[in-house]
Amino acid sequence: MARTSEAAPAALKRRRITSMPRTVLLFAVPALALYTFVLLVPTARGTVFAFTNWDGLSRTFDFVGFNNFAAIFANPDSVKAIINTLIIAFVTTFIANAIGLALAVALNSRIKSRNALRVFFFAPAVLTPVVTAYLFKYIFAPLGPLNGVLDAFGLGVLKQDWLGDPNWALIAVMIVIIWQQSGYTMVIYLAGLQGIPAELLEASAVDGAGAGRRFWSITRPLLAPAITISVMLTLIHGLKVFAEVYVMTGGGPGNSTNSLSTLIYKNAFQFGLFGSSIAMALILLVMVALISAIQYRALLAQGGHK
Amino acid sequence: MTRYTWRTGILEVLMLVVALVFAFPFYILINLAIRKENDQGSPLVPTFAPTIENFVNAWNQASLGGAIVNSLMVSVLSVVVIVFVSAMASYPLVRLTSRLSKTAYWVIMVGLLLPFQVALIPLYTTIRDIGLLGTTWSLVLFYAGLQVPFSVFLYTGFLRALPAEYEEAAWVDGAGPLTTFWRIVFPMMRPVTGTVIILNAIFVWNDFLTPLLYLSGSGSQTIPVALFSFVGEYQSNWPIVFAGLIIGIAPILIVYFLLQKTVIQGFSGGLKG
Repeated sequence: MARTSEAAPAALKRRRITSMPRTVLLFAVPALALYTFVLLVPTARGTVFAFTNWDGLSRTFDFVGFNNFAAIFANPDSVKAIINTLIIAFVTTFIANAIGLALAVALNSRIKSRNALRVFFFAPAVLTPVVTAYLFKYIFAPLGPLNGVLDAFGLGVLKQDWLGDPNWALIAVMIVIIWQQSGYTMVIYLAGLQGIPAELLEASAVDGAGAGRRFWSITRPLLAPAITISVMLTLIHGLKVFAEVYVMTGGGPGNSTNSLSTLIYKNAFQFGLFGSSIAMALILLVMVALISAIQYRALLAQGGHK
Repeated sequence: MTRYTWRTGILEVLMLVVALVFAFPFYILINLAIRKENDQGSPLVPTFAPTIENFVNAWNQASLGGAIVNSLMVSVLSVVVIVFVSAMASYPLVRLTSRLSKTAYWVIMVGLLLPFQVALIPLYTTIRDIGLLGTTWSLVLFYAGLQVPFSVFLYTGFLRALPAEYEEAAWVDGAGPLTTFWRIVFPMMRPVTGTVIILNAIFVWNDFLTPLLYLSGSGSQTIPVALFSFVGEYQSNWPIVFAGLIIGIAPILIVYFLLQKTVIQGFSGGLKG
């Protein structure tokens, strides 16, 4: 952040107050208490429950070792949910970031509509996911607008029962996530692009570098922290996806489009399989933590943005 | 690259076409919501005889008024608690040099790595056992704790870049820690407080899974869950469903368009609740 580097030595020396009484640490107690009650303790308890056959109601349970995890990997439905989650996370991340970057580059220009378009493209990111999911559920319906558009263009042969076919249903869910996330990645990239000094690009243009060369040699490396942050955020968003899948397909047809979160919800609250649901949530936790760790390393290597 | 050339013109036209593709779902949403119930025409054809009937019906039948009040209450209360506890916590975590303070900071930062799916189920049983299930208080409590790591992260990042001279002057003048913090430090943190409010409010307003769990079966619902059960009942009647969806997102869209700069700035830091 610019502020730290400009004011560096003087401000840094003074950022801690040595005369401050230790008791001021009490200021952190309410936050710590809430955080411990809501996140730390339940996560610790959950980690224990993942190794038990607890059903969520009884006071007693038995430790079953790694049985819950073995069962998850032996059950085709939960393996499918893990694979779906990974597919959703990686595909939506790749496409939403590509679209977001392209939109950002296009809007980082002199076009007159750039401010209006920025506000417009970002709007899906603040929309309630449940609403977006219903809207698209209708768009993908057999008699819905998408098939209508295909008919109108004489492409009737391409018509599908989009959400009724397991493969298309997963693609439909991903399209919704991409529609929401592209504008989000766009604003991150736009902020990154606006931080690149114009003189740098102009100087290299004078030196005869073409637009492609300028993008690759100057913009791309300076944009690296924005790329890391944007990619990691969309990946984690994809790994946790719930509302879009639950509303659009309910995990169906069959169990073909479940994500980890929808299967966790269904197993725990419809079938009372608390132990194995939490085991599945732990698998999700490991994936998210792994990605966050990679992000942290990458940002450090790129010179510590934030 | 600083003038509007013919190339810029082509780019402009191209971007407007892309915007039209992006707008397609919005067009369908509005076009259908203003359509008479008995109109069986294609959803693609513009509705020439618009009606507000669907909005009136959706409002009455989905009890959206109550849901909006609930969502507002949960969002406002949660955000107030989050800002209060996170801002205060960030003060000693940044300014104190003790080992205890550093440990507390890292313990909270670990929370950034924990997806709430693991905590959700054990916490559900605790909330049930203490009798808070089905109350909006359970949501406020949940969001307040869940959003601490992220909000403390934002506050500490900002405070670290703030010079301590003003506070030191106050200390010298004999002001206590509480006065110093709320009179001098907190007002200086206003920009980051704005970001914390916006990101958390949007997250809380939109969250679906938590209220689905903690409020299910109770009379009080937040907007996403109210819409979910409303659509369950009126599945095939899309015009009225879409009118309901528009009412449900109206508050957040109004806030977004009023505060667009701040909202986009908040998100473009690359952070999310």
